[in-house]
Amino acid sequence: MRIGVLAVQGAFVEHEAMFHQLGAEVFEIRQKRDLDRPFDGLVLPGGESTVMKKLLRELDLLEPLRRKIEDGMPVLATCAGLILLAEQLTDGEPPCFATLPVTVRRNAYGRQLGSFSQEADVQGIGSFPMVFIRAPYVETIQNGVEVLATVQEKIVAVCYQNQIGLAFHPELSGRPDLHRFFLKRVEQYQKQA
Amino acid sequence: MQENRYELNKQLAQMLKGGVIMDVTTPEQAKIAERAGACAVMALERIPADIRAAGGVSRMSDPKMIKGIQQAVSIPVMAKCRIGHFAEAQILEAIEIDYIDESEVLSPADDVHHIDKTKFRVPFVCGAKDLGEAMRRIAEGASMIRTKGEPGTGDIVQAVRHMRKMNAEIARLTSMREEELYEAAKNLQVPYHLVQFVHQNGRLPVVNFAAGGVATPADAALMMQLGAEGVFVGSGIFKSGDPEKRAAAIVKAVTNYQNPAMLAALSEDLGEAMVGINEQEIEVFMAERGR
Repeated sequence: MRIGVLAVQGAFVEHEAMFHQLGAEVFEIRQKRDLDRPFDGLVLPGGESTVMKKLLRELDLLEPLRRKIEDGMPVLATCAGLILLAEQLTDGEPPCFATLPVTVRRNAYGRQLGSFSQEADVQGIGSFPMVFIRAPYVETIQNGVEVLATVQEKIVAVCYQNQIGLAFHPELSGRPDLHRFFLKRVEQYQKQA
Repeated sequence: MQENRYELNKQLAQMLKGGVIMDVTTPEQAKIAERAGACAVMALERIPADIRAAGGVSRMSDPKMIKGIQQAVSIPVMAKCRIGHFAEAQILEAIEIDYIDESEVLSPADDVHHIDKTKFRVPFVCGAKDLGEAMRRIAEGASMIRTKGEPGTGDIVQAVRHMRKMNAEIARLTSMREEELYEAAKNLQVPYHLVQFVHQNGRLPVVNFAAGGVATPADAALMMQLGAEGVFVGSGIFKSGDPEKRAAAIVKAVTNYQNPAMLAALSEDLGEAMVGINEQEIEVFMAERGR
């Protein structure tokens, strides 16, 4: 099992550490030739979505990765990653991959003073410590999207086919449960293939 | 609660890693920076090169001008206050700045004390030219560190010197026997628990960026290869011939700092770089402000 972590900007090293802990092989995606060798799952980390979107486009990573997501490759997207997956953004910014049929609000809790952490239930996992850094949330979902968690009555975790979108940062919480959950998806996907 | 705030503030810096933070003086420049791929902008009235040229006392920027920049972009907005000027910092916190840079670029307000940053809810980044300075700032509550370099010069030599010094001191702590750490803490004039952290982890407990003198994609790549986790670019962008192109090239250089072929392509046709002044020619050594 080989997991590609988008590493154009942001907190990708933290995800890699989680996967190392779980014994999965990871590699960094920084340029097109990094996609030459096959892999089984994709991680879109936290960081600045505007930066990642621009670099994905200019480094010719956007279309090849979009095709993989559309073909069913499991994706774990956190914070900025969720923004990249969303079909629509409330502020009218053009979407990036637009493969996840939800509408996301960027900087939904305001500036850094609005950042917070809170423990809440995630479906299938139980109570989980969530870290929200200048975080987005999911405002609306379309048919077929499963809500995995809500905090303060806002949707903060969703699943659609093989795409897992989280408004918070499981890579900062010290708990590998959600990464393990993702690896299970990857395993199932491998079996189907 | 206070403890948790500090964690969240360190974590915001983690999100900025692998990115470029750009100095801007107007909402228009902020938009250019955002379009070019800045992961945050530093709002200030004059960029360091102009502060250097103008002389006199330089202070925190007009809050109205900072607010204009906050409205213009969706990325985090940072602003500078003078070393030790906690009232300026309070003002920046009141307008909900995302990060305060307690900066040697401005004229120091206190030549002995830095701000007690543990009293604030907003995060602080501080400059350091060696490990002792970095750890003193962290002990005071800084949640991010950057090299001081020599701002406004376009000369990378001091940022390199500071980053190498810090790396060498970290390596030295890592190789020490545990009972030697007490003496190391004494010599570095820093709290023992921070020395212990560096000894065990081989790195600072917060994110460490390069700053001060970055002018080209190659400068950015050099600092990243020396272990910087991201880059601040001040005068280097808006003092150059084609700011947007240069800014975008520096952003890509930070992502692919280990790919010389890509760096070569990025370095082509960037127009004129900032003229720059080398360290033998400058009168005010900003890096000497605050210890």
